[in-house]
Amino acid sequence: MTADESTFSSVGSEITVTRWASFKDRVGRSWYRFRRNPISLAGGSMVLLVILLAILAPYVTPYPKHAGVFTDFSSAFQPPSQSHWFGTDEVGRDVFTRVIFGYRVSLMMAAVVLGISVPFGIFLGLVAGYFGGRIETIIMRVTDIFLALPPLVMALAICSAFTPTIEKAMLAVAAIWWTWHCRLINSITRSIKTEEFVQASQVIGSSHLRILFKDILPNCASAIMVKITLDAGFVILVGAGLSFLGLGVQPPKPGLGTMISYGSQHLPIKWWLTVFPSFAIFFLILGFNLLGDGLRDMLDVEAEGM
Amino acid sequence: MYSILVLVGLSVLIFIIARILPGDPARLALGPFASQEMVARLRHQMGMDQPLHLQYVAYVRGIFHGDLGLSFQTRRSVSLDIAHYLPATFELVLVAIIWVLIIGVPFGVLAGRYKDSWLDNISRVVAFVGVAVPPFVVGLIGQLIFSYGLGVLPTTGRLSLLTPMPPARTGLLILDSLIAGNFRAFGDALIHILLPSLAIAMTGIGQITRLTRGSVSDVLGKDYIEAARAFGIPNRYVTFKYMLKPSFIPPLTIIGLTFASELGNAFLVEQVFSWPGMAKYGIQAILRKDFNAIMGVILIIGLAFVAVNFIVDVLAGYVDPRIRIQEES
Amino acid sequence: MDQYMLEIRDLHVHFRVYEGISRVLDGVSLDVRKGERVGLAGETGCGKTVTMKIVMGALKIPPAIIPKGEVILDGQNVLKMSAKQLLQIKGTKVSMIFQDPMNALNPVFAVGTQLFDVIRFSNRHTGNGGKLSKKEILNRAIAALDEVRLPDPKRILNSYPLELSGGMRQRVLIAMALVNGPSFLIADEPQTALDVTIGAQILDLLSELVRTKGISVLLITHNLGVILETTERVNIMYAGQVAETAPTALLFENPKHPYSQGLLASVPRLTGGEIAEGIRGMVPDYTAVPSGCRFHPRCDHVMPICSQKKPSLLLVEPDHLVGCWLYAKEGGVK
Repeated sequence: MTADESTFSSVGSEITVTRWASFKDRVGRSWYRFRRNPISLAGGSMVLLVILLAILAPYVTPYPKHAGVFTDFSSAFQPPSQSHWFGTDEVGRDVFTRVIFGYRVSLMMAAVVLGISVPFGIFLGLVAGYFGGRIETIIMRVTDIFLALPPLVMALAICSAFTPTIEKAMLAVAAIWWTWHCRLINSITRSIKTEEFVQASQVIGSSHLRILFKDILPNCASAIMVKITLDAGFVILVGAGLSFLGLGVQPPKPGLGTMISYGSQHLPIKWWLTVFPSFAIFFLILGFNLLGDGLRDMLDVEAEGM
Repeated sequence: MYSILVLVGLSVLIFIIARILPGDPARLALGPFASQEMVARLRHQMGMDQPLHLQYVAYVRGIFHGDLGLSFQTRRSVSLDIAHYLPATFELVLVAIIWVLIIGVPFGVLAGRYKDSWLDNISRVVAFVGVAVPPFVVGLIGQLIFSYGLGVLPTTGRLSLLTPMPPARTGLLILDSLIAGNFRAFGDALIHILLPSLAIAMTGIGQITRLTRGSVSDVLGKDYIEAARAFGIPNRYVTFKYMLKPSFIPPLTIIGLTFASELGNAFLVEQVFSWPGMAKYGIQAILRKDFNAIMGVILIIGLAFVAVNFIVDVLAGYVDPRIRIQEES
Repeated sequence: MDQYMLEIRDLHVHFRVYEGISRVLDGVSLDVRKGERVGLAGETGCGKTVTMKIVMGALKIPPAIIPKGEVILDGQNVLKMSAKQLLQIKGTKVSMIFQDPMNALNPVFAVGTQLFDVIRFSNRHTGNGGKLSKKEILNRAIAALDEVRLPDPKRILNSYPLELSGGMRQRVLIAMALVNGPSFLIADEPQTALDVTIGAQILDLLSELVRTKGISVLLITHNLGVILETTERVNIMYAGQVAETAPTALLFENPKHPYSQGLLASVPRLTGGEIAEGIRGMVPDYTAVPSGCRFHPRCDHVMPICSQKKPSLLLVEPDHLVGCWLYAKEGGVK
């Protein structure tokens, strides 16, 4: 190597070393702030607890078979007791077990819905914000149409076209959800697009795709993280609402909204059928909200809407 | 106006979705025992044998005459059905908005003014809980505690069975009973609407409390508050005039969103309380795939949303001159 | 003393913060004679804003602690005043001009509304008894806007801050500050947020107004050029201590304190070939201040005594005080 080249490569490796060090430093500092913020800690532990319970459901619950098709009418409608912490339901299944398995369903729903809608929304948002002009107009007008109704209502409208199953419900919610991420990313992209480092990339001749992914996207990262966390709670809320109305999780699958719906018919005598699933779902949604809020404080980000 | 375009787009979208659905709504409406001829006749009656775009055109033309088609279930005019059920929902959502304003706003102002006090901490709890708890849960737990437990509030309906309805002027029971001077009905209507409206309002209360708190706290740190004090304007005057007006601007801008979430919540709460409103009608329509009814409900909701947003925009321009000036330039 | 508008004697101000106690002001003494224009200069973070807030009675006492010191405004000790008494002097005896006119005006109210309010409330305290009529308030407002050379006062009164230019806003603020006839004015960087030419106009306007009305001024800024042009005497402040006090011209000609010398040397000059020098080191952390003279870690002439004892203000020539041990041999103690 010539003298210049060796200088370059050593400088290059120094830069790599310092970049890694600064990344570790940033992560370390963010983690420190996270630890010190009681809200994010509370939310984080709540979510973590539920996720663990959900993953380990078959091992953690006393009657894993009750999550599926199971009847034992002799034990139906039993109030909470030593053997059944949350009581039993109308066909004799253990409510506690079904609540934990219901968490599985809720979390899976959040994961699927966000997994589909977020990348889609981000991509469209980037394209709309970056290219502007007619492309942006078209994309944003379409989002406006989807946002013309409250999300639950819109999801209901879409679900109405199909036979109610949980998969259709998830698709319906996903079909609405991408719009919010699209809007958020669009507005961030628009404001960053004029910054100098983007122009610098353009001058060098980077392809549009490269600019989108290397320059603009990282700047959206914290906003996206906060929004996804808050969205998880909201998606679960909408999902529970759909199930409650009969359009989401269908029996005999365990879904928290569905359980509450059935339980509501037996108020007030068999109160445990309603109270425990209600509290369970509140716990999960609250956890995500606290976590998202704590993240927002920590990352000092202003996410759109809630 | 642009919003009308959006509504049109929405109607097309829902129309397409509704018409694509598998299964035959006519068959569904008539039941499995109806003969093939009857089903075919119903389909013809409903115009379902026409090509899709012609159906849409016919539908739109109908709208301009106030005709939203016929319900598959009831065979009545959808417009009549909606007109029948709408006031109940309207009253419910209206009272819910009032809750949000009279609880959320003052609470938020106090929390922002006395930041980090015990009052503020309570407001933060209220804000988080309000947003996290599903409205149907609020309704059910409320029923459990107040209706079944304490026996103070009724569980369903707008009026007790024995109370006669006052003559319908506005359709809003609260107003109608006042107009008729029927105070028994008035009180009855009030206790019936209390729990459901609160259930709907919880989300909004949480949002507005939190936003108002942040806004007030923001404004109090601004230079112009300090300047006003430095010029000798007494503190109380500064608080009530110079702080309140700028603080109300962010909450005002999300009132539109709050209204939207309340409309969504209404669908859940009307189920819980068997409230005879448009939302409940809509749910039943969805479950029975009565898509004329579904379309009607969707359109009315979309229209309501547009109207509310328009009002909010006008109000915002009135309160915040910056918006007005920027729009003029 | 009758000739003094403002006397600050040995003022200490501490703040309780997360890391401990932040000792921001450490024995600040300065005065403003009646009719005089005095400058308070120093870099950002030297404590000028805290000093200013204390004089205005705007510092909230729970987070702030005042263990020692007096602030005497026209014969009265501001630190011992009740809130009610403070409210009486704000705007009427002592008034303030803010740095950024856009932030100092409430954006959702018309300028006129704010000006009327200032007139209305301050009049209640000056003992004229009773309230002013709307017509009287309007007349005073128009007169005030006239004084600051704003044309078309009625249009301005109906405008919102957003609709006015930066220079016009600052003029409005000056009008608001002067409308109730204060005898003492604190100006906090009045030209900083404006374009240079507009800022110069504002300073000229201000100078003329205070001269015709005989108002005493404390001008706070980090801009030495402004100090030179608009003040008769200047206090140089560093890290919560007054480093040097002198008639302006004298200080610029012959700065005695090493910090003042460093400041003046670091102003870039258009003539001469060298790049301006800075002062090495950094402004101290107020929770862990250097002992003795707070400047000693950065001083080129540091002596052993500098880290042990805080220097008192020593008289080196008439009306010229320096807080530096270098001059202990020459002059006496104030």
